[in-house]
Order: sequence, then structure tokens, then C-alpha cells
Amino acid sequence: MNPISRRKMIYGGVAAVAGVSGLAVADRLAKRYGLIPPDGGGIFGPGETLTYACQRLLTARTPAREFARNMISKAPFANAVEPPTDQFKRLQAGGFRDWRLVVDGTVARPLVLSLADLKSLPIHSQITEVACEEGWSYIAEWIGTPLSVVLREAGVLPQSRYVVYYGVEKWAWESIDLADAMHPHTLLTVGMNDGDLPVPFGGPLRLRVPRQLGYKSLKYLHHITVTDDIKKFGKGLGSIDPEGGYSWYAGI
Amino acid sequence: MVRITHWLTFLAVIALLVTGAEILISHPRFYWGEVGNVNTRPLIVLPIPASRDTVPTGYRYVMPDQNGWSRSLHFEAAWVAVLTGLLYVTYGFFSGHFRRSLLPRPQDWSWRAYRNRIAKYFHGSRSDHAEELSYNVLQQTAYLIVIFVLFPLIIWTGLAMSPSFTSAFPASAALLGGRQSARTIHFVISCLLLLFLLVHVTMIALSGFRSRMRAMITGSSRRSEEGE
Repeated sequence: MNPISRRKMIYGGVAAVAGVSGLAVADRLAKRYGLIPPDGGGIFGPGETLTYACQRLLTARTPAREFARNMISKAPFANAVEPPTDQFKRLQAGGFRDWRLVVDGTVARPLVLSLADLKSLPIHSQITEVACEEGWSYIAEWIGTPLSVVLREAGVLPQSRYVVYYGVEKWAWESIDLADAMHPHTLLTVGMNDGDLPVPFGGPLRLRVPRQLGYKSLKYLHHITVTDDIKKFGKGLGSIDPEGGYSWYAGI
Repeated sequence: MVRITHWLTFLAVIALLVTGAEILISHPRFYWGEVGNVNTRPLIVLPIPASRDTVPTGYRYVMPDQNGWSRSLHFEAAWVAVLTGLLYVTYGFFSGHFRRSLLPRPQDWSWRAYRNRIAKYFHGSRSDHAEELSYNVLQQTAYLIVIFVLFPLIIWTGLAMSPSFTSAFPASAALLGGRQSARTIHFVISCLLLLFLLVHVTMIALSGFRSRMRAMITGSSRRSEEGE
């Protein structure tokens, strides 16, 4: 074997020191600018952090892909859902008139909104794709109010960092950062393809987050909590996804 | 540098192939265009059971679902592969490694050179001395295609499946024909890379596994040590 020359060893040493100190500086900067995801620890932490940091630097404000009306899927796939609870069946029997969306946490004015309240806010429509982590996808028109409209109404306090959201069953919860929460395409969806949002697709209310995979678009949205400390929720990893082995940030 | 990046890439590619297969079995159907799901006509259906019971496969059996860690490892290994690849390509250009070792020699710029080399494989004739210490024209072509065609394409098609990346660069998906086309091409290229890996390892086995491994790990071959 060739003996390793002194010059090579010096170069190697300098490169190693530069690499380590570079990583330390990058870590400090990433923490300061919020580029580390809640699940940024563990063996997959470096990968999750690199992806999330790059996406935040690159795509914090880029618009979701929208499609022409003739690209709307004729047979969208709703995916399997848990059987409805008695509480859900009661609400459904009442035409979801008693469905409420609670908005609380680090906001100036907590809100309780009915579906009628939501429909009285400025209504937007977007034709975007649902892409499941399994690989399949479909395009639909989604109708509702941008989450940002409701959050502005509630008055997000300056220390806020994340928006946590729950389905009608408390175990189903997710969170997104403020960049995604305030994004104009993040939609409190009440309608799909010119009708009410069907129950298999998350009706009466679903949060559509089109710049992330389908599992961030939580069905049966019931409760939104704005927070400055994501560690207080669940196991502190940002959502149920990392607790089940999935990435918190699903923009990939 | 070539050896360090080779082994890092090897580890990353093995992780990517295993986890890629794991992710694939959650929906072993492929489509062309922007969208595709169990309600649309597939382009390719792999004759294997799926790891999700929502996919009609014709099997009663549902495979264990390992998508969570597989996805995390897939993307982490992709970072290793991409960063290592950037390092290798930069080094390859500046050090002359590509020009010296991978660019076919001027006399090999002909179909005859390829034909002759293929005939040599069929006759089972041993490599001549010059070839022992360098690459022949078929090897050079294979390496150049893997480095400058397959790897860039698999990175591109991977990114074209990211809903956030495509929000910044919608053309990355549109140019390929859509998200599902990107997924299909991603699969085909990963098959080609697997084929390359299998042929690569077979060739190493045929030409002396131990000496080739020693060469790639330590950087020396016995012949050069003997002062040939």
C-alpha cells in the first residue's frame, strides 16, 4: 500500500476541522432561522433536517401546482378511513350544523366557527393534486377559505411558530410551520368539485396542504391550536407521523 | 477520493434500492401522466402482493408495511448519494480522472471497438495487460452512462415527485409528462441501476473478487506492486 504522505495527512486534517466547524456553524444558523424540524433528532435527523432546511430556503412562498379544469380526476380515490364514531354519526345526522372549528392557542382572539361561519368568509377555489406517500395521486377542485384568513381573524401572536390541528378524534393530529399555515393554498376545505366535501374525502371539513403529501391534509378538522412550543404536543415530534415512523415534514 | 466516494455511493445505493423496493410495494402499480390511483388504468402492474389492503393485487396476502423508516432512510441515503456524487464529479473533472480513465481513447471511437470488445467477452479471452490496469471501452461507456445519464435522471425524477420541490420548479414534473410518469421513470432507472450493480459485481467476481476488492479498498493492485 502507498504510505499516506504527510501532505495528504495535513490536507485531511484541515478538511476534517473545517468540516466539523462548518457543521457547528450550520447548526447554529439553522436553529436561529427555524430550519430544524421537530423530528430533527435521531438517526434520520440529518436527512430530515437537510430536506426541511432546503425546502424552507427554496419554497417558503412558492405557489402549489395548479391544474386545468379538464385535468380533474373523474374517479378520485378517497383512501380508507376509520369507521365513524357515534359522535361523528350524530353530527352527520344533523347535517353537520353543529360541527364547530375551534381556533385557540397563541392567538389574540380565540374563535369558534360553524361551517356556515366558514362559508361566509371569502371563498377560494383551487385545482390541486393529492399525492399519497404510497405513490398514487388524483386532482380535484377544492373550495374553502385559506387558513391564513382565519388565522388573521384570530390574530396570531408574534411568538407563534407552528399550527397544530386535530381531527374529530383527538389521536389524529398534525402540525405545520407558519410558512405553510399562512400559505395562500393552505385551505380550510368545505367543498370538492362544485359540491360539499364528501365524508370519505374528509367532509365536512378538511385542511388541504397541497405542497405536502396527503397525510398532512387532515380529514374531519375540528380544532386548531397555534403554538410557540411544539414540544408540548404528543411526544414532542410535531405530529403523530414521526411517532409512527413517518416524517413530520412531508413536502419531501 | 474515487475510492472513498465509490464506497459511500455503494452504501447509499444499497440503502436506496432496499428502501425503494419497500416503498414500492405499498403501491406496486405504475401509471403514465400526472395522476394515477386504483381507480385509473395502470401502465405496469407488478405481479406481487402490496403492503396496503387498499390496492387490488389479486393476492389475499397483505405484506408487512415498512414505509415509515424506509422513506426516512431513502431520503437520507439520497442526500448521501447526491452530496457524494457532487464531490466525485467535481473531483473527476478537476483531477482529470474522467478524461484519463473514463473517456474512451480516440481509437475506440467506433462501433468496431465495441464489437471487438464484445466478441472478446464471448470468446472468454483474458484481458490483455493494458486492460488489467484500466477500463475497456465497454466499461467506460457503462460508467459514463451511469454517472452522467442514470444518476442525474434518477435524482430529477425523484425531485419531480416532491410536492414542495415542484411548487418551486413545476417544469421538473411537467417536462417528464407528470408526477406519475416521473414515478414510473424513477422505477425503470432504478431497475437499470440494479442491473448495472449486478453486472458490475459479476465482473468483479469473474476477474478475481479478492484482488479487485483489495484494489478498490487500498488502491493498489498486485501487478503494480510487482513493478510491472
